[in-house]
Amino acid sequence: MVPARHPWRWAGTGLVLVLLAQFAHGLTTNPGWDWPTFAGYFLEESVLRALLLTIELTVAGALLGFLGGIPLAAMRLSRNPVLAAVSWTYIWVFRSVPLLVQLLFWANLGYLYDRLQIGVPFGPGWSFSTTSLISSFGAALLGLALHEAAFAGEIIRSGLLSVDQGQHEAAAALGLPRRRQFFRIVLPQAMRAILPNAANLLVNLLKSTSIVYVLAIGELFYQVQVVYGRNGRVVPLLMVATVWYVILTALLSVLQYYVERYFARGALRTLPPTPFQRLRAAIRR
Amino acid sequence: MIELTGVHKSFGTLEVLRGIDLTVRPGTVTVILGPSGSGKSTLLRCVNHLEKVDRGLVRVDGELIGYRRSGNRLHELSERQILRQRARIGFVFQNFNLFPHLTAVENVAEAPISALRKPRIETYERAHALLARVGLADKADAYPRQLSGGQQQRVAIARALALEPRLILFDEPTSALDPELVGEVLDVLRDLATAGTTMIVVTHEIGFAREAADTVIFMDEGRIVEQGPPAQVLDHPRHDRTQAFLSKVLI
Repeated sequence: MVPARHPWRWAGTGLVLVLLAQFAHGLTTNPGWDWPTFAGYFLEESVLRALLLTIELTVAGALLGFLGGIPLAAMRLSRNPVLAAVSWTYIWVFRSVPLLVQLLFWANLGYLYDRLQIGVPFGPGWSFSTTSLISSFGAALLGLALHEAAFAGEIIRSGLLSVDQGQHEAAAALGLPRRRQFFRIVLPQAMRAILPNAANLLVNLLKSTSIVYVLAIGELFYQVQVVYGRNGRVVPLLMVATVWYVILTALLSVLQYYVERYFARGALRTLPPTPFQRLRAAIRR
Repeated sequence: MIELTGVHKSFGTLEVLRGIDLTVRPGTVTVILGPSGSGKSTLLRCVNHLEKVDRGLVRVDGELIGYRRSGNRLHELSERQILRQRARIGFVFQNFNLFPHLTAVENVAEAPISALRKPRIETYERAHALLARVGLADKADAYPRQLSGGQQQRVAIARALALEPRLILFDEPTSALDPELVGEVLDVLRDLATAGTTMIVVTHEIGFAREAADTVIFMDEGRIVEQGPPAQVLDHPRHDRTQAFLSKVLI
């Protein structure tokens, strides 16, 4: 038996390889990329410190965002019209306002309210000066988390809606307690739909942290700007930031792959092998 | 003993149940027949309060389902209390509704552990025994999607049995199955019937009704048209609508 030939497939492969070779050639020979400067700053201490701050903002923003997203999703799915309307309005407002605008608002909160107070509503309480309570890092984190929560709420809601009605009925018919119905039956199935979107949101957040440079916070993008403002080597320093963002996104993607695989239990008859398992099998053969 | 008195149920303007009175003695098998849209499934779902009745009473072993009577009023029970009542009434769905992310044995053991707070090790032993009883001892660790429709429905039956229910409700348990898989599920149902399980079965399997039922009920347009032993209802139906339905089903 002679398998069918695919000459156009070979032609396409050849074309793509030539283009890639050209691109790689340009990267290595064009002095404008200035790789020595790139190498000098890639692991430089101020850059690494800024990188750490970027990671902190991402992790804290994602945690707070998803913690806020859970009640938002629950409220929007609630039969209580007031809760549903409040959640809808929150999501509407925070999806509408550009992150940049929102960050500037939070940074200028002290202009609107110069003192914040907690205590009995309309009654006595403790008050704080706004500027002492909300640092620029706090403002940045607050903005990111509130923005993130609106999107996370919708992602979680979509996941919960994707679970078949029959699953809710079966759990109810068996008399499983409400919490158990949610955490053991509904949520693990919703996770299949939530995870890819949540990973998207997380990657987006990682890159969105670069916007907080407007609040003069020394995260990765702000820091490379400071450096190229001093030495004028714009392109290699932008590449420093770019490569770090790419590496972090790659790590998140690998994590996403394995977490998704875990929640695919039972959804597929047999799980396909991971790339590593495939590689090992190929070597053994 | 299961007693329904004057049960009414509407979905919007559509009146699905128009006054159902029904008594099921313990240890008997009741088969409900009827054309689609006659309210059979709704009736079954009212028995364990998956649907709220609009009017009328549902009692299982003297216990009012879904409501509490004080004086002349009925108060709806809290969700927690309703869930506790349901844990004593098995329900088997047309589409199985097994939990796809849990293995067969986990599906069976879930409700006794979390709803009845039974000890874990014992429950798993019992779950394995129940799977053996429905002929699936070797499939305990399979996920539902790795099983055929008939096997899935048998797991679902084991899951209902795990609660040691006073009553099991079957909502068209063979309607989603390939013809050659219907027999294996009906075999399990027949076993349960001989073992004295109280069952109400909505089905289109006339043969099963003839062999296994103590009482056959024919429903049409939200009412019970005719009921009695299978020999009477199936072979000598008194009502025109029963005759018309049976002549279409028994070819």
